[in-house]
Amino acid sequence: MLNPDSVGRTFHSAKSFPVTASHIAAFADVIGETDLSVAPPTFSIRISLEQSQDLLTDPQVGLDWSRVVHGDQKFEIFKPLVAGDIVNCSSTIENYKVMTGNEIVTVRSDLRSGDELVVSTWSTLVVRA
Amino acid sequence: MINVGDEIPPRVFWIDRELLKKYADASGDQNPIHQDEAFAKSVGLPDVIAHGMLTMALAGKFVSDWAGGAAAVKEFSARFVKPVIVPAKKEVDLTLSAIVAEVDGATVRLSITATSNGVKVLGMTRALVVKS
Repeated sequence: MLNPDSVGRTFHSAKSFPVTASHIAAFADVIGETDLSVAPPTFSIRISLEQSQDLLTDPQVGLDWSRVVHGDQKFEIFKPLVAGDIVNCSSTIENYKVMTGNEIVTVRSDLRSGDELVVSTWSTLVVRA
Repeated sequence: MINVGDEIPPRVFWIDRELLKKYADASGDQNPIHQDEAFAKSVGLPDVIAHGMLTMALAGKFVSDWAGGAAAVKEFSARFVKPVIVPAKKEVDLTLSAIVAEVDGATVRLSITATSNGVKVLGMTRALVVKS
């Protein structure tokens, strides 16, 4: 079970993620995108999901990642990521509830390039009972 | 002129195991349920399933192409309601369609439908785009 004290806790990435042309090209190739000037709309999941995993599997938070399924995902894109962005991510457990034994956790991640907020993204993760 | 209720021409993407491997490498999500059939079955799944986020990435491509490029997409959300099941040596469809839900000048909200093998795989799928 998730430690209730962790709700509202914000976790800042220990290191920044440098977006490269090859990261964008690899992601674009999967979906058949040929314009590599900006990252595809969902590219930032590459940065935020790893961070959420680190946050939620922290022993103080106490979530069992092996039973996690992805419930839903939302992006607000203020500026598309581009090669050369050095992205810092801060993630907050925004919401937590238990429904019929399943734990439902919503993590918000704010991605900044320099001081500029470029993407906010919400992942709802369900820990199956 | 775009009007509420307009339909975006539907489109089919094809998903196979090779694409799942490519997405795993591109996204960093190496969860074995998306690559290893024995593992997937051991945790109660019918077969290997696609990453929900791969399904959403393809829906994002569908939306961006209509709107005039990836930079046109301002908000994008989806719920993962059923998995896309990907058997070995087979291509499965991801069939996308969309309807215009709101229009405010060039800003358009789309409501997107995604099915695979006739089963709805994404729910509550919405995109806000500024169409060029």
